[in-house]
Amino acid sequence: MKKLFSRFYMGLIFLFLYAPIAVLIFFSFNQSKSRSVFTGFTLNWYREMLRDDMLMTSLKNTLIVAVLSSVIATLIGTLAAIGISRMKKRVRTVVMNVTYIPVINPDIVIGVSMMLLFVLGTRLLGLELGFWSILIAHITFSLPYVILNVLPKLRQMDHNLYEAALDLGCRRHQAIWKVVLPEILPGVVSGLFMAFTFSLDDFIVTYFTSGSSSFQTLPITIYSMTRKPVSPKINAMFTLLFLVVLLILIFVNLRDSRLEKREQERSSI
Amino acid sequence: MRKRMATPYLIWILLFTLVPLGMVVYYAFTAKEGGFTLQNLTNIPKYAPVFARSIWLALVATALCLVLAFPVAYRIARSTGNRQRTLLLLVMLPMWMNFLLCTRAWMTLLEDTGLINRFLGLIGLGPVHMINTQGAVILGMVYNYLPFMILPLYSVMVKIDRSVIEAARDLGADGIRVIGRIIIPLSMPGIISGITMVFVPSVSTFIISRWLGGSSNLLIGDLIEQQFIGSAYDPYAGSALALVLMVLMLIIMAIMNLFDSEDIEGAMI
Repeated sequence: MKKLFSRFYMGLIFLFLYAPIAVLIFFSFNQSKSRSVFTGFTLNWYREMLRDDMLMTSLKNTLIVAVLSSVIATLIGTLAAIGISRMKKRVRTVVMNVTYIPVINPDIVIGVSMMLLFVLGTRLLGLELGFWSILIAHITFSLPYVILNVLPKLRQMDHNLYEAALDLGCRRHQAIWKVVLPEILPGVVSGLFMAFTFSLDDFIVTYFTSGSSSFQTLPITIYSMTRKPVSPKINAMFTLLFLVVLLILIFVNLRDSRLEKREQERSSI
Repeated sequence: MRKRMATPYLIWILLFTLVPLGMVVYYAFTAKEGGFTLQNLTNIPKYAPVFARSIWLALVATALCLVLAFPVAYRIARSTGNRQRTLLLLVMLPMWMNFLLCTRAWMTLLEDTGLINRFLGLIGLGPVHMINTQGAVILGMVYNYLPFMILPLYSVMVKIDRSVIEAARDLGADGIRVIGRIIIPLSMPGIISGITMVFVPSVSTFIISRWLGGSSNLLIGDLIEQQFIGSAYDPYAGSALALVLMVLMLIIMAIMNLFDSEDIEGAMI
């Protein structure tokens, strides 16, 4: 009885989480543009989506920004984490408090504050808002997550390893590259992953920092398309993205499950 | 030398986090025509109803998320192996999907002639007016941020030692006592970071309120957005609003920290 109730509850929660997703996918196959009446099956919207230059360009832009911003944030953030871990306690506390600002500040405040800076920048330097301002903004909100992922790994690491590498004749950059980095790699990778997904998904900060430029990311294009009656092309795009994300997650899942099995086998020997 | 590795990061946060926030403060105290003024801030009480509504709706949404997420997180934490991984995957997948389109899909579901009302009509229940109500805004918030409550709760619950619960049962505690005296206290770090991760984006949203709440349920986020992008362009008044929102967040964070003296960074990731 208790088990039945618990199953029923989990079912309801997942129904709630997946209802809008199911609706979006369902109407990507709808012949008419209606959002509530299904008039017949078609794959036309998928063809139209691939032909839509604006959608395709913004998808490409989103990926460019996500790759660049996450890689740059991971580089700066990993170096910063190593530096922070060696700081004196008082300095470190100050730096960490500043690091938390973009984490606890609402996105809209980050967005408008950077907008003020960039608008001033355009006036002083004659630059246009667009690719550069979006990239800088994405790096800025990703940095704390890289640092917060790497720092715990540095704390777990034995500090003597670095000293030992130096004693054994490593140069400092060699010691960091060959000894410290392999130790903290899992944190670096999960920081990179987090930065990448936050960048892909971001609407609010991009909305305020993109200005009126023609460089649009996918969420911005989707937002501007929703002002008019929405074409099911977007539903088709959504369905494809859903499948991609699902496949990635299943892949990661299978890998984890295999790793776990191997570990169990090893420990049973 | 390793201390200096944080230098690029320190320059970055100075330029792109601290200077922009400084500009928000500067603009908040500057008149449209230039020169110092308190006018922008003394105008804020005019918006008191909007602030009250934002905080109230976000509080209700956060409380609902906590109540709904608690059993889900516990169930996932208590399951094992592949089952646990699959459940986690199902919780994380919606987080990756574009929130604009999902919120849009809720519009389709909740409309007076929408899918839910059509279904109710089929089983002979009258149409229920749902869209453009505060309830719809709360639903949108709960939908978008529920996974952000489930995940931190899960990550602390999975670490609770089963034998502690068994010991409590052996000593005669019933189910409710085990939850109240063991599980909730041990889950506190997850509860705190879950509350933060749901409340902050809820209180500052502007898309959910605009699409699901109609024109009569504007929130702080909508006000700020209108001052920076929308019709009522006035970054000075907008900065004052953003500043108040930021201070509000800091006060709430300080209160939350009283409940949880330990570091919350571990539970956030």
